[in-house]
Amino acid sequence: MSACVTICPVGPVNQEILAHLARHIRTRCGLECRISPEMENPRYAYNETRHQYDSKVILKHLIRCCPHDTLRFIGVTPVDLYVPILKYVFGLAQIEGQCALISLHRLHPRFYDQPPDHDLLVERVKKTAVHELGHTFGLTHCRDRRCIMYSSTRIEDTDHKQSLFCPTCFELFKWHLEHLSV
Amino acid sequence: MAKKPRILVVDDEAPMRESLKDWLMEDGYEVGLAGSGKEAIVMSLERTWEVILLDLKMPGMDGLETLKRLKGEDVKTDAEILVMTAYASIDTAVQAMKEGAFDYLVKPFDPDEIEMQIKRIIAHKDLIQQNILLRQKLEEKTQCDEIIGKSDAMQEIFELISRVAPADSTVLITGESGTGKELVAQAIHGNSQRCYMPFIAVNCGALPDSLLESELFGYEKGAFTGAEHTKKGRFEMADKGTLFLDEIGDVSLKTQVDLLRVLQERKFRRLGGQDEIEADVRILAATNRDLKEAIRENQFREDLYYRLNVIHIHIPPLRERKEDIPLLARTFIRRYCLEMNKEPLKISDPALKLLTDYNWPGNVRELENIIERALVIGGGKEIVSDDLPFSGKEPEPESYPKSLKMMEKVHIERILEETGWNISRAARELDIDRQTLYNKIEKYKLKRKSS
Repeated sequence: MSACVTICPVGPVNQEILAHLARHIRTRCGLECRISPEMENPRYAYNETRHQYDSKVILKHLIRCCPHDTLRFIGVTPVDLYVPILKYVFGLAQIEGQCALISLHRLHPRFYDQPPDHDLLVERVKKTAVHELGHTFGLTHCRDRRCIMYSSTRIEDTDHKQSLFCPTCFELFKWHLEHLSV
Repeated sequence: MAKKPRILVVDDEAPMRESLKDWLMEDGYEVGLAGSGKEAIVMSLERTWEVILLDLKMPGMDGLETLKRLKGEDVKTDAEILVMTAYASIDTAVQAMKEGAFDYLVKPFDPDEIEMQIKRIIAHKDLIQQNILLRQKLEEKTQCDEIIGKSDAMQEIFELISRVAPADSTVLITGESGTGKELVAQAIHGNSQRCYMPFIAVNCGALPDSLLESELFGYEKGAFTGAEHTKKGRFEMADKGTLFLDEIGDVSLKTQVDLLRVLQERKFRRLGGQDEIEADVRILAATNRDLKEAIRENQFREDLYYRLNVIHIHIPPLRERKEDIPLLARTFIRRYCLEMNKEPLKISDPALKLLTDYNWPGNVRELENIIERALVIGGGKEIVSDDLPFSGKEPEPESYPKSLKMMEKVHIERILEETGWNISRAARELDIDRQTLYNKIEKYKLKRKSS
């Protein structure tokens, strides 16, 4: 297994956003990053009653499709995600696992009736993806509101935090990475 | 709290409980899952939970019935219960709150809502815990006293306290009974970085071995007959603070092993518990026994002795620092006059000489008791020799009890008072074992006079 993170579009996703994300993971997490070919729109996870997509079903699909030569596999999807008990989620990860999934749906400023803002969207994607990546390394939520591992239940939380780990979470991240014996 | 808060999710629908588990684990909680009310009851009897998320609509035993059982006599859970319902039925929610639920949530939840509710419960439980600790702290403050002494020996002790307090090292305080070992321990704690956290004292000699173990390490519900609730031990209560183990020389060999383990690994388990709990505690220990002699007699472990004796403070007996007696006497007179709402009395020179010449087997505690007694029985404007019990007058023969039984009662009571109700020391002086002494105390209904 290489120290490479693979980003996989699950449905149509702007390639430029994915390229920004790959660069961010490379520079901020010190991990090589590549973008894999697009997966089909996850119709198999659609819930007609909720008009949303079951994130756990998509995550299971990602686990099945995870390449053998990658350290982590992050799905990025345009659809709105939920878990049965919650109204929505921004993303989902396997704690100390290989796969994670994030949704762009509620990261778009237009979802909140705001004018389009490409830079803001990219920032939100970076924060959400690295947050879920942190969970795959066993990191749990941080109490520091500025840390990327702070729990985002509202988009305001995401906008308030930085796109970086706090020193403690960064140390933990590095520690987990070293103990993977990559 | 060093331990992760535990949350139990009770829902008959697997996708609901599974998705909630994933969500809560991201927040660092330890999560348990129960598929029915019955399972929830069993799991609540097996271990403690901080929060229980309980679905109201379940087949068989429904949420309301489960809630009643969890809060009822059978289980008496300490957990706060958040009920979950798929319907915004205010009536059911109100009924659940009446049965003791903390609040309710309508499924599916807003992520923000569930997070806030759980944080609110954890903060509420932390506040209760802090409140208990603050009360204890306040009680300690009122009992706390200054250490008094101008002798070179005491000056050296003050110097040593100020040097060792900021370090986190274990300190062994030795000295005869009544010399003020606990005051030294409190001074070390009060001058340390842990001063705003609890100072917890345990008199190891006053407790039978089985009680001491549960007192120190706590126990889980059901660990033994009568353990109806999970109880935190003194190690947990002293988290981030100081634990003062008084009369460490009287601890059994078994408890010595347990203590050694905590000192080495900084971890312990509650009695009947599976989980290891971190012990962020500074240990101060005290004894009036010669531990080296106890090691030679195989009554005390050498390895534990070296773990405890990182820094050693010995408090000399009062007879070896007689220059402190006038200062101590005047301080106690001032203090008791204030307590008794009296004008501060003086002490005559002959009375002071009597105090200075006396041998003080009970040390500072005995001096304090004698001053208090002199202030109560003396009627003059100053304390004179006749107000002191060792003024040369023999006790009236009539004052001895006639019956052997009464004689035994009075004698045991006197020895207990002299030793400050140190059970081990009193038992040694009476030449009986501690259990016999406990039985006699019970038989004669003896109670401590001085505190």
